Amino acid sequence: MKDAVVSMKHITKEFSGVKVLKDVNLNIYKGSVMALVGENGAGKSTLMKILTGVYLKTEGEIYLNNKPVNFTDTRSSQNAGIAFIHQELNLVRDLSIGENIFIGREPVSGNGRILWNKIYENSKYWLNKIGLKEDPRELVRNLSVGKQQLIEIAKALSLDAKIIIMDEPTGALTPAESEKLFSVIKDLKNNGKSIIYISHRLQEIFQICDDVTILRDGELIDERPIEELNEDKIIEMMVGRKLNEQYPRIETTVGKEILKVEHLSNQFVKDISFELRQKETLGVAGLMGSFRTELMRTIYGIYPYTGKIYLDGSKTEIRSPKDALNKGIAYVTEDRKNNGIIGGMNVMENITLSALKKFRGPLGWINNDKEKSSADKYIKDMSIKTSGINQLLKYLSGGNQQKVSIAKNLITEPKILILDEPTRGVDVGARKEIYNLINKFKSEGMSIIVISSDIPEILGICDRIIVMHEGGISGSLEQKDADQETIMTLAVGKDVHNNE
Amino acid sequence: MNKSINKLLKNKPLIVLLVTSVIISILNSRFLTWSNILTVLRQTSINAIIATGMTFAILIGGIDLSVGSVFGLCGAIAASMISSGTNVFVVVIVSLILGTIIGFFNGTLITFGRMQPFIATLGTVTLLRGFILVLTQGKPISTGSTEASAAFGNIGSGFLWSIPVPVYIMILVFIVAYYILNHTRIGRYIYATGSNEEATMYSGINTDKVKLFVYSVSGMTAALAGILITARLGSAQPTAGAGYELDAIAAVVLGGTSMSGGIGTITGTAIGALIIGVLNNALNLMHVSSYYQDVAKGIVILIAVLLDRKQKLSR
Repeated sequence: MKDAVVSMKHITKEFSGVKVLKDVNLNIYKGSVMALVGENGAGKSTLMKILTGVYLKTEGEIYLNNKPVNFTDTRSSQNAGIAFIHQELNLVRDLSIGENIFIGREPVSGNGRILWNKIYENSKYWLNKIGLKEDPRELVRNLSVGKQQLIEIAKALSLDAKIIIMDEPTGALTPAESEKLFSVIKDLKNNGKSIIYISHRLQEIFQICDDVTILRDGELIDERPIEELNEDKIIEMMVGRKLNEQYPRIETTVGKEILKVEHLSNQFVKDISFELRQKETLGVAGLMGSFRTELMRTIYGIYPYTGKIYLDGSKTEIRSPKDALNKGIAYVTEDRKNNGIIGGMNVMENITLSALKKFRGPLGWINNDKEKSSADKYIKDMSIKTSGINQLLKYLSGGNQQKVSIAKNLITEPKILILDEPTRGVDVGARKEIYNLINKFKSEGMSIIVISSDIPEILGICDRIIVMHEGGISGSLEQKDADQETIMTLAVGKDVHNNE
Repeated sequence: MNKSINKLLKNKPLIVLLVTSVIISILNSRFLTWSNILTVLRQTSINAIIATGMTFAILIGGIDLSVGSVFGLCGAIAASMISSGTNVFVVVIVSLILGTIIGFFNGTLITFGRMQPFIATLGTVTLLRGFILVLTQGKPISTGSTEASAAFGNIGSGFLWSIPVPVYIMILVFIVAYYILNHTRIGRYIYATGSNEEATMYSGINTDKVKLFVYSVSGMTAALAGILITARLGSAQPTAGAGYELDAIAAVVLGGTSMSGGIGTITGTAIGALIIGVLNNALNLMHVSSYYQDVAKGIVILIAVLLDRKQKLSR
């Protein structure tokens, strides 16, 4: 029996009555690496936030070295020797390495002067420990992301951390940097530190982890030594959920090709080629960091690109959202608050913003009657729940904001509608309505692209699915040939054909 | 009826204006005379016109610190052209175009140069002040005593149906600005850009164009005010307009416009400019030493803005 440094037992967490974690156990063993895997939204982050005191658990116990503990803030978990290295690093880029390591606990002399020599000497010691030869006076800004990651580890060690949580640490690293990280992790392990390793990249897990804990929909699926598992088994356990929601997909006869993308590349995506047909719903699946959103925003004219885009058979260039809308491409964003809607403006003004030209009156004035009746029509057609067209958008519920976000794109009468995570943050009822709308648009002749992290959703509503991995397309599937395992296998970048 | 009274009570700037006016009229009987009211309106017109352009700049989430120096430069150019006998109509058009070009230049720095509006327009202030000194050689420029200068003087100090000409111009500027902001596409885009620039860009709107328009308007209104003051005084001072940007910003903020953009009205700015005008007038009427005038003005402005913030926070 291995020696558990931390064991979390029967952890349950509720957010306003919704259980996001149900009776989950997690063990961290001394001198070993525990992988924590699961789909987006499986509860990994919530569990880690409970361990580090960001969230309070609803039920359950946490034992540290067999003594019950209850962290109520991050400082107390830090003092107990738990360090959390977040996906977005928490370093101050314009301070030096040493200043970052000792930030908030700078050694001072009796009269309050910072002892810089001490900071830099001590920093040097910790950098040595992880095999970095950098000058501690160097600004963090000048380091690669990989080195910054290692600085975070050095900082954790200097805080006397015994347990280090790493959330997607290799997300932004080059293969060489990842190898360096793995060798540091092995050293840490040999020195008796314990590590929780969260990653979507299964190859890595087999390379460095000793045990695997699998979560799905907030429940513990299994904890097993790595030797008992292979990639396929892990994928099966991660996605093994049954399709328990109803997806009202309708069959249409797909028409002619309307959009064709050839060898599209930029700083996010590489060599993307795909096509879209009339009356077709194309799903785009992939994990975080697959650059699905960036691909769609490139097609919408947000980012510059090289490569070719054909609309209706003729070559075109899209240089701005204005360009895209004029050419019949509309994009409903995943980030409603920042680039979808304008919370301080009312429902009508939001719906008509992209299409104000349609309501031109004499002298360039806006024809208010026409604008109002058009907004009213969309509110009615899409059953947007609002007290009226003058209601400020920020007072609408998430689902209704999403409908407004769709309406403001529909009013431009697009031929191609791109929906980026259309049901994120939307309750079940409104979700169904959005699916029905997608079907309605499709039967009216529109072509639709849906990005979703929810694989059952993609399987439920799309005719064809492309899967992305690290900025490239790793596979394209017809709806009838697709299942969760195949999609997940492609999404983690595993070649399906090499698989028996 | 009840509804409109409620709406009126919620209009804090208007209440501040009314309460201040009532207090002043009790303290000084000359305040509420017809001729004094006209004086207040005429004195307010300069700041009100500058503040209209400033409202556009602040609504978009920016600021224009260069209005005072645009005011000074365009006034000086107008004076020197008039003194050389140029046709009044030509002088006004040229000065307005110059102001618009300077505003467009500010907009270019902010959009294509990706500069913060505060920094970009601060730079323009120094640049224009230098131009003014070169042009005037540090001395006032008189409009002279030609036929043109007499006609020009009428724009600033003339009366039409016993109301000063600048008051008509101020009202006209307000009406045009009101229509632009409330009834045209560019007006809608100004509010949208100020509320959420990214979402506006995603909605297919060229936000750079919107900004160029806004700063051009701000330059043009500042030039218009500069023309009016030069016409009224018959000369252009090399230091004219110094600090006017602060009065304009005060008027906009007193009118309830948010410094972070997207929220505000032109009627608010009109009321804000009137509050400042009334205060200036009252302090003069009551023979308050000019040393104390700024102190008093500062206190009233801070109290008014504080009241407004409190109301917004409690919502």
